[in-house]
Amino acid sequence: MNIYVIMKRTFDTEEKIAIENGEISDDGVNFIINPYDEYAIEEAIKLRDDNDGEVTVVTVGEEEAEKELRTALAMGCDKAVLINNEDVEDYDQFSTTVILAKYFEDKEYDIILGGNVTMDNGTGQIGPRLAEKLGIAHVSTIVDLKLKGEKLTVERDAEGDAEVIEVSLPVIVTAQQGLNEPRYPSLPGIMKAKKKPLEVLELDDLDLDEDDAEGLTESVEVFLPPEKAAGKVLEGDMEDQVQELVKLLRTEAKVI
Amino acid sequence: MGRKTLVLAEARENQLRQVSYEAIAAGKKVADGGEVIAVLLGDNVSSLAPVLGHYGADRVLTVEDENLKNYTPDGYKQALKQVIDGETPEAIIMGHTAIGKDLSAVLAGKLNSALVSDVTEIDAEGDLTFTRPIYAGKAFEKKRFKEGLVFVTIRPNNIEALEKDESKDVSVSPFDVAIRDLRTIVKDIVKKTSSGGDLSEAKIIISGGRGVKSKDGFEPLQELADVLGGAVGASRGACDADYCDYSLQIGQTGKVVTPDLYIACGISGAIQHLAGMSNSKVIVAVNKDPEANIFNVADYGIVGDLFEVVPLLTKYFKEALQEA
Repeated sequence: MNIYVIMKRTFDTEEKIAIENGEISDDGVNFIINPYDEYAIEEAIKLRDDNDGEVTVVTVGEEEAEKELRTALAMGCDKAVLINNEDVEDYDQFSTTVILAKYFEDKEYDIILGGNVTMDNGTGQIGPRLAEKLGIAHVSTIVDLKLKGEKLTVERDAEGDAEVIEVSLPVIVTAQQGLNEPRYPSLPGIMKAKKKPLEVLELDDLDLDEDDAEGLTESVEVFLPPEKAAGKVLEGDMEDQVQELVKLLRTEAKVI
Repeated sequence: MGRKTLVLAEARENQLRQVSYEAIAAGKKVADGGEVIAVLLGDNVSSLAPVLGHYGADRVLTVEDENLKNYTPDGYKQALKQVIDGETPEAIIMGHTAIGKDLSAVLAGKLNSALVSDVTEIDAEGDLTFTRPIYAGKAFEKKRFKEGLVFVTIRPNNIEALEKDESKDVSVSPFDVAIRDLRTIVKDIVKKTSSGGDLSEAKIIISGGRGVKSKDGFEPLQELADVLGGAVGASRGACDADYCDYSLQIGQTGKVVTPDLYIACGISGAIQHLAGMSNSKVIVAVNKDPEANIFNVADYGIVGDLFEVVPLLTKYFKEALQEA
């Protein structure tokens, strides 16, 4: 089986956001594999272990993403690919899709997995957009996956309801929390990962021009949410506190 | 010069969703005087159509087909693509819902179009600008699109619907489509959503953390939610401890919510949880620990045991609402 995982590095979820010179600052920020992509990696490794084949993890991003690719290799992926997206103007989800579609053009794939959304931009566009570009089916936000021959049965989380969906390969699926428990890289895994192939590609290598991937949207401003004023902590007898809160929510906050 | 704008309306359990009315209001802004056409897809939905006009759509198209009973990317894509070809809009608005976020990306992929996802504010003065949360609400960005057709999905509960005008005559017409070769087949749908419905659309959320201590510990929260017509949510801590299903999780992983009222019970307030709820309009914290981080974002706080406080809240809200 040819299994691919699309991965992105993101800020650690513990990180606070700071803005410098009108941009989100990554100064001193700790990066991780996007948590939803970790579910995709875990599922890909399990699929390979049950069905043979190999797992290739692909990221589009900056050179530094090599670190997260090595982590994915240490978890058990077989090969890694980093596609450098430097110098693309107004980089957006269209850009990523153009680059990935070009990369997959001459590949043979049975299943492509990814997270259903990233922690940073949080659009959830890449899976469905790429499926459309490749002309294959997709199912997003899956929490369960079973493969029987060429038939895949997945459970999709649709706002809390579970849809049981059947689809044939090749397919793109995007992972939702609950799909599995991603493993931690083991020490032997980390040692092995150092020797696994990690290919770095430039847009040129894909016969792409920076202009081909130029975004269709542009970011005009980033800003932090306004600081909240200190709240009111109530005091006194518990019954009185609760009655006061009920009153405040109805008359002051007017939300009930 | 206006922009002809399509708005995808969604029904759930034969009821139009509030976010669809909000999407019409968003469509009005984007259209800038251009026509706003609501499109309702389903297998038997035309009776719901006039209300979309009452909320501001200039006309309504109903697309009915047995293949549209349940959402599939292929079925909905084919249907809406045919509407797009017929109407040639310049903008398409959807809710950022399970259907909207998927379908918008599929069609934007197919048509090589711009898509601005999960928008919380639209500024139509001057250049059309969309505000959206990034890093799960730890920051925001303003975006513009360049040219051509643009897709926009809006986050529920953020853009206010227009006032309902039932006196308005509404033009409703069916739009015929041909749908074939669905590659994904929905075999079964298991309803898991508790009363109060989907978290992202809930106006009131009662949320529990580790302090809830067990599965049963969610019961008083559910009782309060029932009285207030709200939904129950949870922190990652509660989900990881298996007190509840991951579908309830609010936070940086999990759902990002912006209800009118968020009551956090026994939640310490880790930064990942705050990312998911700190943009709620009013936040109430109930926690035994006066130093808990959740009090830093709360508008109102009670230091106390949730198992004492929550049943009292239920009792006094019940009384207050009965009087009202």
